[in-house]
Amino acid sequence: MIEITVNGKRRTIAAGATLGDLLRALDLDARWVVAELNGEPLEKGRMTSVVLASGDSLELVRAVAGG
Amino acid sequence: MQAPETRTARDPLVIAGRAISSRLLVGTGKFTSPEVMAEALDASGAEIVTVALRRVDLDSREPNLLEFIDRERYLLLPNTSGAESAEEAVRLARLARAAGLSDWIKLEVTPDPKWLLPDPVETLRAAEMLVKEGFTVLPYIGADPVLARRLEEAGAATVMPLGSPIGSSRGLKTRDAVAIIVEQAGVPVVVDAGLGAPSHAAEAMELGADAVLINTAIAVARDPVQMARGFRLAVEAGRAGYLAGAAGPRERAEASSPLTGFLGEGG
Amino acid sequence: MSFREHLLELPVDALVARARDASEAEVARALAAERRDLFDVAALLSPAAEPFLEEMARLAHRITVQRFGRTIQLYAPLYVSNECVESCTYCSFAIRNRIRRRTLTVAESVAEARILTGRGFRHLLLVSGEHPRIVPPEYIAEVLSALHTDVPSLSVEVQPQTEEVYGEWVRSGAEGLTIYQETYDREVYAEVHPRGKKRDFDWRLETPERGAAGGMKRIGIGALLGLSDWRLEGIHLAAHARYLMRRCWRAFISVSFPRLRPASFSIDPPRPVADRHLAQLVCAFRLFLPDLGLVLSTREKAAFRDGMIRLGITQMSAGSRTEPGGYSAPEETGKQFEIEDRRRPDEVSTAIRRSGYDPVWKDWEAALND
Repeated sequence: MIEITVNGKRRTIAAGATLGDLLRALDLDARWVVAELNGEPLEKGRMTSVVLASGDSLELVRAVAGG
Repeated sequence: MQAPETRTARDPLVIAGRAISSRLLVGTGKFTSPEVMAEALDASGAEIVTVALRRVDLDSREPNLLEFIDRERYLLLPNTSGAESAEEAVRLARLARAAGLSDWIKLEVTPDPKWLLPDPVETLRAAEMLVKEGFTVLPYIGADPVLARRLEEAGAATVMPLGSPIGSSRGLKTRDAVAIIVEQAGVPVVVDAGLGAPSHAAEAMELGADAVLINTAIAVARDPVQMARGFRLAVEAGRAGYLAGAAGPRERAEASSPLTGFLGEGG
Repeated sequence: MSFREHLLELPVDALVARARDASEAEVARALAAERRDLFDVAALLSPAAEPFLEEMARLAHRITVQRFGRTIQLYAPLYVSNECVESCTYCSFAIRNRIRRRTLTVAESVAEARILTGRGFRHLLLVSGEHPRIVPPEYIAEVLSALHTDVPSLSVEVQPQTEEVYGEWVRSGAEGLTIYQETYDREVYAEVHPRGKKRDFDWRLETPERGAAGGMKRIGIGALLGLSDWRLEGIHLAAHARYLMRRCWRAFISVSFPRLRPASFSIDPPRPVADRHLAQLVCAFRLFLPDLGLVLSTREKAAFRDGMIRLGITQMSAGSRTEPGGYSAPEETGKQFEIEDRRRPDEVSTAIRRSGYDPVWKDWEAALND
């Protein structure tokens, strides 16, 4: 197991888990989520296959209503 | 610079080389439900629709806004709302682009939590950075004619001066300054924020604004769909009035002491 | 987008056609409009607008007083050289003409400037023929440096330069750039400039933009009226002025209306412009661009200039000599053109006062000098 930070909170995941695995565990639809890994935005196409590493800081963002 | 003499009968709004079918831009905030929002968007006739970006709340389930917006029909314009500095705005813009939303970005930098007034210095700085990264930048600004020119020089695709503070529904309180911006601008001028009634939108369009952006006034109306339709008609009415060229009071020549007497008859 | 590119997008043919055959209704619309576009300008320049000249004059007068007050800014040209390699058919300085050629030394330029400041002038316009070897950019920079401590506002009217040269001149003390396209009619332009670097119409056309980019704070443009159809010139000048006011917004833009006069060393004007038409042109410009500077020089007769004060003119020259060194030692040969208003500067100033206007010798000075 490794520890990462997701939206400011610490979370333990399996070593070798991908972002896709994490989103499934969080019950989030990858179509509607954008991720920023260690301050860098992840391209939509390759986002789910990114393997997470210990100490990674992840921001999950999505489009919401706004003017 | 789009010279008025080059207008065609179809008179589309052109932003960054792209013809936009409606001069009404609509925000998606504050609707009672996504269904009502979708219906109001439809009634507004808008092509450009704004959305914001927020951290996912991992502890609650919310409907996904984008499921209610037909991406074939609408051009999504993500904003940088929530940004309090140029760096934060750039970060949000990059995320929006990575998400495949758009490389068009409505730039908002509002460190003031009370009135949500835009920070001119950070906005200009962010616009410079974003233009360099290839974004099409639509900055939300106070109605400051010099700032508008500086942003245009920095490569902004539009300028979006506020009519009055966001959400205040007070109308075009910045009328005189917006008139100067319109007179000087070489990019489309979109009046954003504070327009509370269709008549306000018509006033801005008659003044020569190229478009308006409306959110709160539609979203919080008793009947948002009806109000969306009202704004659509008001924008069209105001634009037609502007193009028609309202006549001012006509000066009559007076017989006594003519100014051109020195010219003589044949001249 | 440069002005050359902007011009390609404008419906110039339709505008010129409107200027020739506008209807009375189109003139009425242009008179009453809150905002005016180039089609309105065209209507105001048309024959159909001629009966409405007094109404145009009243509107122009009211707008000018509102934007500029009752003021006329005075300036004087300072000719530093009449050396020229160009062959403009309308100009006495052209290379073919056997006139006495002279280029002032820096000290002589200073002496001329002292005479002019002694007469009250604080705005001087340095003028030269176009001779890259005898009058190089370095020479102009030297003269500017020598003058700028004595003269608060210096403008330059010499052959087109690069943005870098304009930057140098600004650092040497120049504040303004005057450059006339001569004519916006490309065919006529080619005819009256048979040889030389000046044949490059587009290089000249984009000169005001380069000047502003180089830091010039005052940009003056103009067309030599009488070479081509004055209505065509008017449309192009109006488009050019509007473009510059939007694009080069840090600079004050002005337009001059020099009329070509019959002169000993040049062609007679092929398309002479009547007094009434020049008045119509000036009024149309004021109605189109309320904040545009409008210049009338001593090429015009005294009575005409006095009348034009109330129609929208904001800047005038006075007591001008058009030969290098002419203020220290007036000469009959070596002049660029004959002046028509031969009054002394103080007489012009008195006439301006008599019209109820203030002559302004100096209205602005850089807050900080390097």
